Amino acid sequence: MSVDAKTVRDIAHLARIAVKDDEVEDLKGELNAILDFVEQLAEVEVTGVEPMTSVTPMTMKKRTDVVTDGGDPEAILKNAPAREGDYFVVPKVVE
Amino acid sequence: MTDLTALTIAAAQDGLRRKEFTAVELADAHLAAMERARGLNAYVLETPDRARAMAKDADARLAAGNPRPLEGIPIAVKDMFCTQGIRTTACSRILEPFVPTYESTVTANLWRDGAVLLGKTNNDEFAMGSSNETSCFGPVISPWRRKGANTHLVPGGSSGGSAAAVAAFLAPGATGTDTGGSIRQPAAFTGVVGLKPTYGRCSRWGIVAFASSLDQAGPFARSVRDAALLLRSMAGHDPKDTTSAERPVPDYPAAVGRSINRMRIGIPKEYRADGMSSEIEALWEKGRQWLADAGAEMIEVSLPHTKYALPAYYIVNPAEASSNLARYDGVRYGLRTASDEVIALYERTRAAGFGQEVRRRVMIGTYALSAGYQDAYYVRAQRVRTLIKRDFEKCFAAGIDAMLTPATPSAAFAVGEKSAENPVEMYLNDLFTVPANMAGLPGIVVPAGLDRQGLPLGLQVVGRPFDEETLFSLGAVIETAAGTFAPQRWW
Repeated sequence: MSVDAKTVRDIAHLARIAVKDDEVEDLKGELNAILDFVEQLAEVEVTGVEPMTSVTPMTMKKRTDVVTDGGDPEAILKNAPAREGDYFVVPKVVE
Repeated sequence: MTDLTALTIAAAQDGLRRKEFTAVELADAHLAAMERARGLNAYVLETPDRARAMAKDADARLAAGNPRPLEGIPIAVKDMFCTQGIRTTACSRILEPFVPTYESTVTANLWRDGAVLLGKTNNDEFAMGSSNETSCFGPVISPWRRKGANTHLVPGGSSGGSAAAVAAFLAPGATGTDTGGSIRQPAAFTGVVGLKPTYGRCSRWGIVAFASSLDQAGPFARSVRDAALLLRSMAGHDPKDTTSAERPVPDYPAAVGRSINRMRIGIPKEYRADGMSSEIEALWEKGRQWLADAGAEMIEVSLPHTKYALPAYYIVNPAEASSNLARYDGVRYGLRTASDEVIALYERTRAAGFGQEVRRRVMIGTYALSAGYQDAYYVRAQRVRTLIKRDFEKCFAAGIDAMLTPATPSAAFAVGEKSAENPVEMYLNDLFTVPANMAGLPGIVVPAGLDRQGLPLGLQVVGRPFDEETLFSLGAVIETAAGTFAPQRWW
């Protein structure tokens, strides 16, 4: 499988990365080189093989549903590029 | 007084306890060496004030006669580990302004045991790379050079700064992370010991997440014993990481020097890759001989899915990366490129903040997980991964204790030599290291010799899950037989 210029733009949008027009051709080449490389996986017989979900055998750990941390807005907001009071700021999303 | 930067961790511990020098003197010697070596670009942040304060505290405990296990030992920390109050960037522009308000569990364990932070080391951006050339701070220059040449070589990656720092005597030990070989490949390129533990052995909490089912933290050091000393402090169960193993931490240093008599060592025939250089083949043969001389039995084994490990890895890894890196949105922390529309804010921030290799992986991962392609790519790769793990399990079930393989297909290459258009050429560096990550197994790389051009080459031992002790025992045998290697200082 290989990707065309339109698919490159679609993937970029899905990935939320702005791509300039003059970058699309190069990106297409890079992505297709990787897709060519992984193409060989198609020849492996995987019928009836479970996809791996955990690399070491372990059961999902559960803990008591109690608050163990938090309540520190200053620590949470310390690295915020834009804040107002105890809130992160984003451009207006509703009219 | 001897040069304090030349000491191994074990020797420094002896010296500190015998009061031959203080922890502050030991830290100062390293800080001075770091200043002289800035041209190597191994550190992206030096923390002299923190180092001296921690060393002073260590001296007080040493004077009081109650030192902790790593009391006063200076350590370099890869910039993938969050350090409280100290800038942590993963060497990405998108995190350049980030100062964590918390400490990673692995580094917290090191400080709990008395270690001293020298600074944060350079790495490939978000640990994506095999040469340390994708860092937003620029490449690390290896302390090694080819005989009679002064071409700048790469230290390997992604933990290139940590490897170079240890090799160039800018730290006796360092932390790294290994997702597909990012500790072991740079260890091989710089002639130091590097270990990737079993998945779950070290907590991933507070480490910048890359590919969560593959990432593991591990140590770099100039001796096998030192690596064991570091792992003993770094490892352990952590309730904050649900994949961290609830198992006691063995006394790893005690495994160094233990007999390997009658151990059964697998030699996987599939690693005899087409076009393997005669030097790598000869080194591997030497390794087999050293282990056999120490009483181990060499047994040819088959890991039939080996050739599919790398292509499967280049689906699983970008898929998980694209998911993990979705958090960099310009809203909660890190870089923000202003826009009056929220989607454009995300897109511009991420375009400005991510370098080429990161963008490439996020896009491949996004594609592999997108509607209509997930089964063909991601799910198939995870099925292949099950087969890769099964190959190892069959060998271990048949009584194999560990596998001996080369660490890398070649010695270090020049800066700029492989960072051209086709990314796959760089990926092939991880041919021998990726299978251990795919199967969650521990692997150690020990320096084993120099090539014709005078550059270090390493051997790798891959073990059973949670049997790092056997790796330390086998690694020590290789180390004793091969000797140790250090670059000639030119920097």
